[in-house]
Parts: sequence; structure tokens; C-alpha cells
Amino acid sequence: MSDTTAKPRPKFRAPRINDESRPFWEATTRGELRIKRCTACGENHYYPRSLCPFCFSDATEWLTCSGRGSIYSYSVSRRGEPYAIAYVTLEEGPTMLTNLVDCDFDRLAIGQAVKVKFMDTGEGAALPCFTPA
Amino acid sequence: MSIKGKAYIAGIYEHPLRDGTGKTVPQLHAEVARGALEDAGLDKNDIDAYYCAGDVPGMGAINQAEYMGLKLRQVDSTETGGSSYVLHVRHAAQAIAAGHCKVALITLAGRPRADAKENYSVRPGGGAPADYGFEAPFRPTIVNMYAMVAMRHMHEFGTTSEQLAWVKVAASHHAQHNPHALLREVVTVEDVLASPMISDPLHRLDCCVMTDGGGAILMVAPEIAKSLNRPRVRVLGAGEAPKHLNGGKVDLTYSGAVWSGADAFAEAGVKPADIKYASIYDSFTITVVETLEDLGFCAKGKGGAFVADGNLISGVGKLPFNTDGGGLCNNHPSDRGGITKVIEAVRQVRGEAHPRVQVPNCNLVLAHGTGGLLGSRMGSATVILEREDA
Repeated sequence: MSDTTAKPRPKFRAPRINDESRPFWEATTRGELRIKRCTACGENHYYPRSLCPFCFSDATEWLTCSGRGSIYSYSVSRRGEPYAIAYVTLEEGPTMLTNLVDCDFDRLAIGQAVKVKFMDTGEGAALPCFTPA
Repeated sequence: MSIKGKAYIAGIYEHPLRDGTGKTVPQLHAEVARGALEDAGLDKNDIDAYYCAGDVPGMGAINQAEYMGLKLRQVDSTETGGSSYVLHVRHAAQAIAAGHCKVALITLAGRPRADAKENYSVRPGGGAPADYGFEAPFRPTIVNMYAMVAMRHMHEFGTTSEQLAWVKVAASHHAQHNPHALLREVVTVEDVLASPMISDPLHRLDCCVMTDGGGAILMVAPEIAKSLNRPRVRVLGAGEAPKHLNGGKVDLTYSGAVWSGADAFAEAGVKPADIKYASIYDSFTITVVETLEDLGFCAKGKGGAFVADGNLISGVGKLPFNTDGGGLCNNHPSDRGGITKVIEAVRQVRGEAHPRVQVPNCNLVLAHGTGGLLGSRMGSATVILEREDA
């Protein structure tokens, strides 16, 4: 007999949040994907940090993204319940690590257009995942 | 200052264990150190420098130096994952060339298999890095992060699973002659493709083994090398290079070997075509294909074709590699293979590899280490070694 009292393992784990990353996670929980833009050199970067990794200026600001991008690479892990990890290149330039969700894992392709989908962790933060556009 | 010809590898030892149950990690480090001392014909009290990485318990090199009773003038616990010990060869050569030490010990040891059985694990590393919160929730693993490199390589260059499988096939041909190898059975391309898919497109047999044990290297100044009754192996050139995600400008199609290899070849003054044998880090089959391209053994994107049809098998192909069976079949101690890469390269250049895999007239060899996540966030280190005839 199956144990009906066992709780399923949460599918999406909450991120570890610190002072530098908190505005990013507050935005995802509102349904916004934000990266950082450097007002000194004009470059966008991810993961977001206080100092620009290209010119080392501290004049960085949050940039809300369109949420659209394309799959740079991906892999479906097949042991246990399958899930798809991916690098998605955002319209705004940077490429980010994410998961592909609500899709047929056997019909994914590099270059495929995707859009952000925020997955609730149930622990006060939402994860920016992507799904076919 | 170049290190060319200014430091020698005088002692090597690979622990024959593959299951460390009943032994401690500090004990394994000491055992491999003793093995390398016996190989070189040196005494523990000759050691005046010690190099280790995150697999050593404690504060850098200090606790392990205490366990082994070392009196040191130089320590270095630079941590770049599995590439650390190849990088340590370079750092030790620099210290010897500068006159800061004369006998440098490098060790790696661990027991992930025994730890897993005993449900006990102390992993290296301190507080969470800044990237952790942005990545960990998406469940990256070692396998799926390497799998994304393979997927992109296939997309850009037409590399196939069959070509990747040839890397494992070649390693298995070598491992059959190594009595200590964890996996000694010769496998075929079909066997690799029929093994379970772990994370697309990497099958179980595209992945390295997990083993306990370790290895050690002793590096010495020229006058000490000349006083020992062992073949003289000198460091001709070396390079090291971390590669990371560069603010989101991700490119998985190349590794840090592009930089560490170029520096090593430039310092040595030799070309890839001059190399008689290569130890190439083989955490996964894709690691070898991409690294061979980046080191210049073939053009970018041609690694798949280069490794196919047995081209890496000693006595068969043009570039014999990993003649101990490599991480794919022999040993990947403590989930870190860098030290075994140097050890087999030294065996080859000494003429002390197994006779069935020894490369004839093998006077110039290369060893390459890859740490962390290929193409994403990684350490990379390359050394080129030459036999100096007495």
C-alpha cells in the first residue's frame, strides 16, 4: 500500500537570498525578470551584481526584461523524475541558467524561442523558468 | 621568468585502492606521499614544500602537513577542482625555479565511495558563492552541466554520440591491461550507446568512475634530479586558466584549455604535433573531445572526427591518450582526476607504462586537468614534460 500521508518533494526549491540578490527575488515574486545594466559601459549582465563585471563601475541599475529568449543549450536529466536544465539567452543579451517547464521534453531544441514562466516555490519566492513561446 | 627545464618530476605514486573503507582521508594522503618518496628514492625530511587542494581536510595545507610531520618553506592549497594538481605542478616548478624550495610534494586523496556507504560526507568549500542562489534552485548537477556542453557541441559542429563513445572505447582498450582499473572490460560504441541515458545526450558509459584512493607527485630541483637513480623528467612548459560565465556571455563550445594550452606550448616551445602521448582529463567523453580541440590537436569542431575509429588507442591511433584507462575506466579518486593525469604521463615519458600500452620513443608528453564545470565555471591546467637523457 502506498503511504498517502507522505508529502511529495517540492519540485522547485526556494533560492538562498542575500542582501545583494533580494531585489531580484522580490521582482520574480511580482512576475518580473530583472537583470543588471551598467550605466557606465552600457553592458547588461547576469547573474546581477553590484559592481559591473565588465568595467567594475558601481553604477549598475536593475533592468526589467521582456521575458523572451531562446534556448542556448539544455539537457533532460533522466534519472528519477525527468527535468530539463537549460541555458537561455535573453533578448537583452545575457544567458542564464534555468529550467524548461510545461513542455514536451522530447521536443526541445537549441534555438527554440521561449518565454519566462515564474514557478512558485511555496516558500515566498518564485523561480524564473522558461516555456516554449 | 620561465620555468622551462628548471624543475623535475622525480616521484609518482597512484594508490592501488579503489574503495577506501577502513582508511581515513589524511591517512590516504600520507600513504600516497610515502609511495612517491619510495619511487623517487627520497626521504620525508627532504620535503620542503607541500601542495594540496580542497580534498585535504582542515585549514589549507596545515593540518595535513602536521599529520605527515612536514617542516616546510612553502605551502600552496590553490583549489581549482580536478585540475588543481596539474596547476600545482606549475606552481611548484615556479617555486623551485625561484629557489624557494627544492623538494615539493603534491597529494590528492579521498574516499567518496566509502563515504557514500557510510552516509558520511565532508565536502570541500566554505560559504556559498554569489552565483549559488541564482543556480542551485534549478538543480544543476555535474552530469547535466556537462551534458549541456555536449548538446551545444553537437548543435554547432555535428558531433555525434557515436563519436563521443569512441573516447570511452579507447579508454577501455587501455584499462584492460591495468590490474588496478575499476573497469577492465573492453566496451564497444554499441555498448556505450545502449547504456542508460543519464542526462541527454550523455549515457552512463560517457561518465567517469567514482573511486577512492589518490595519488602523489614529487618535484625536485635539477641538482636533486641528477643525484637520483631515476629517469629524469623535466617540466618544459605549463599554463593555467580559470574560465567562468563572463557576466552572462556564455559560450560552452570552448574551455579554459584554449588559454592554459597556449601558454604551455609557448613556454615549452613545442607544437601539438610534437606530443607523443597526452593525458586528457576525462570526467566525461565530451571533456576529451572539447579539450583536444582547445589544445590544438585538431581544429575547433573536429574533435568528434578526431577521436573516432580508435585514434586515441595506443598502438592504433595517432594520439595515444590515458593509457592507464583514465577516469572513464581506471580511477577518478575523490571525484578529481588531475593527479592521475600527470602520473600516467610521467610513466609514459619514463618508459614505465604497461608494455601493452607504452608509446615507443615517448620523450615528450602532455597532461591536462579540467576542474569544475567544463565551459561554464572551471579550472584548466596544462603541463608539458620531456625526458632528459642522462
